This record gives sequence, structure tokens and C-alpha cells, in this order.
Amino acid sequence: MSIAAIYDDLPHDIAPDASEAGPAPKRIVVTYGFWIFLLSDIVMFSAFFAAYAVLRHETADGPTGAELFNQASVALETICLLFSSYTCGLMSLAIGSRRRTLTYLAAAITFALGAAFLALEIREFANMIAIGAGPQHSAFLSAFFALVGCHGVHVTMGLIWLAIMMVQIATKGFRAVVERRLACFTLFWHALDIIWVGIFSVVYLMGVVP
Amino acid sequence: MTDTSVPPMTTRYDRAPGEKSSFTEAGAETPRSGIIVYTIGLLLALILTAISFWVANTSLIWPPGIWLGLAVLAIAQMGVHLVFFLHITTGPDNTNNVLALAFGMLIITLIVAGSLWIMADLNANMMMSPELMNLQMQH
Repeated sequence: MSIAAIYDDLPHDIAPDASEAGPAPKRIVVTYGFWIFLLSDIVMFSAFFAAYAVLRHETADGPTGAELFNQASVALETICLLFSSYTCGLMSLAIGSRRRTLTYLAAAITFALGAAFLALEIREFANMIAIGAGPQHSAFLSAFFALVGCHGVHVTMGLIWLAIMMVQIATKGFRAVVERRLACFTLFWHALDIIWVGIFSVVYLMGVVP
Repeated sequence: MTDTSVPPMTTRYDRAPGEKSSFTEAGAETPRSGIIVYTIGLLLALILTAISFWVANTSLIWPPGIWLGLAVLAIAQMGVHLVFFLHITTGPDNTNNVLALAFGMLIITLIVAGSLWIMADLNANMMMSPELMNLQMQH
């Protein structure tokens, strides 16, 4: 019995498997590629987390995390980023139903909350550097600034990206390429919030526990 | 052999990451149900965040156990974000996304656990007091 004969006996009323139907649509390929990038970005963050976890007691007689961290400020940053992730999700729904005004509104709130997060973080860094607890002071502070600063750089990139995407919606409209980029941005923004969950738990909360 | 009786839209490709399933409820996906999913995720994340901050500040929990509680809460909240915000499910149209995620988690576990293990081991073998260690780190 030849392979072709076996194939002919298979039921054909079910949808063909992806392997029989050729390449997936570009929307799936692009976002899947971006998903792989995000996972490798998170792997990079895990190396920063590992460095921080190893070095967190090496304070070189300088200030410890318990003395430096302000929990109220961290809670506010967490709330900002969480609601920013939520409005980003709402923005993707507005894009799905082609509502331009709602998209702009959700994007504006997402941007404002992300910028508020960044402002709080910069204020925290500035306060620490002002009292001499900069990254050059101890291994603990080097690891802290590397990890939290790297996340802050990502948030900054995300804000720039979001602003560019809004300009693209205004000039190009909801065409397929713009929608793919927006889908990637949504993934990026949610991933940043997942990394922040790790940062506030490992760095700030475990840091104040004796 | 091409099966022309099947329209191309029904091909069982894996779902794009972050995309809400359009197959399971057969077109029942509306903006309203999307908002409900995101709102449930937001509420769960807020509750888990609040518990995390409470656990870090309470005196009710045996102190050496606090870090474990925080780790569990953090992983739970990451799971909430993955399910409700990134729409990662165990469905058959999500296999590629879940496999990539699983591989990522394997590498993360190796890096974090491996680093902590080997550095703790080196510290123990050096038999130095933390004060001496700190002194040496300054040079």
C-alpha cells in the first residue's frame, strides 16, 4: 500500500495541519519571532537577577537595601506599571475593533503611566546617588543599578516605540504592517511588567526582609 | 496533493503569541469579553501584589520563610500575567508558544539556580567570615 493510498484514506473533512498548508501568515511568524526575542531578553535579565542575588550582601560597609529602599515609592511604581499594562491590553482590543479614538486614548494613558513609573524610578536613583549610594560604591549597588537600570532603559525604549506607533497610526492608518508592530509592542510592554514583578519581589521586598 | 475543499482560513496554524483564541468559542470573541479577561487579570495581579507587600512587612510569618512566600507569590503573579495579558494557554493552537516559553524557563532556572549554587559553594569553601569577605571585596 503506497503512502498516497494511505493519505487518500484519511478523513478530509478536518482542517489541514499546519505542516501541510505551507508557511503560516506573516502576522503569526512576526509575533512568534518577537516572542523568541522577548524570551531571550528575559534570559538576559535572569543573568542580572543572578548577579544581584549573589552580590546583595556585599555592601562594602555601605548602605544596605533595607536602609535605601522606600516601599511606598516601589508600590506606586508597581501600580503605575500594572495599570499601564492593563491599558495596553485595552489598546490592543481597540485596535482589533478598529476604533481610532479609543486606541489613542488607551495609548495616551499607557504612555502617561509608563512615564510616571520612569519619573519615580529616576527620582529614586537620583536620591540614592545624592547620598553617595551610587553604583560605584559597592558590588551590591552595582548589581542593583545594573538590574533595575536595565529595566528602566527597556521602559524608556517602550515609551519611544509607543510614541512612534501612534504617529504611524495617524499617518498610515490600521494597515497590516502597523498592526503587526503594535502586536509586538503589546507583547514587549506585558513582558516588561512580568520582569518588574520579579524586580519588586526579589530586589525591593526580599531586600527589606532581614 | 492539495485539498481545495478546505478554505485557507481554517488551517490549524498555531496562534500568534499574545493573540486571543478565535477558535474555541466559534466567533464569540467580542471586545466586551476581552475587557473582562484583562480586568480579571488586573484584579488578580493587584491582589497578589498586595499580598506580597503584606508578606514582606508582617511579623506573623516565620522570618526565614518570608522569601519563599515572596517567590511563590511572584511566580503566581507572572503566571497571571502570562494567562490573562499574554493569553498563553495549554490549548493545541498554542504549542509553539508554550514550548518556547518552557525552553526559556529551563535556561532561566539553570542560570539563576546554577549561579546561586556555585557562588554559595565557593563562599563556603573559602571559609571566610562575612567581615573579612567584605574587606577583601573592597580591594
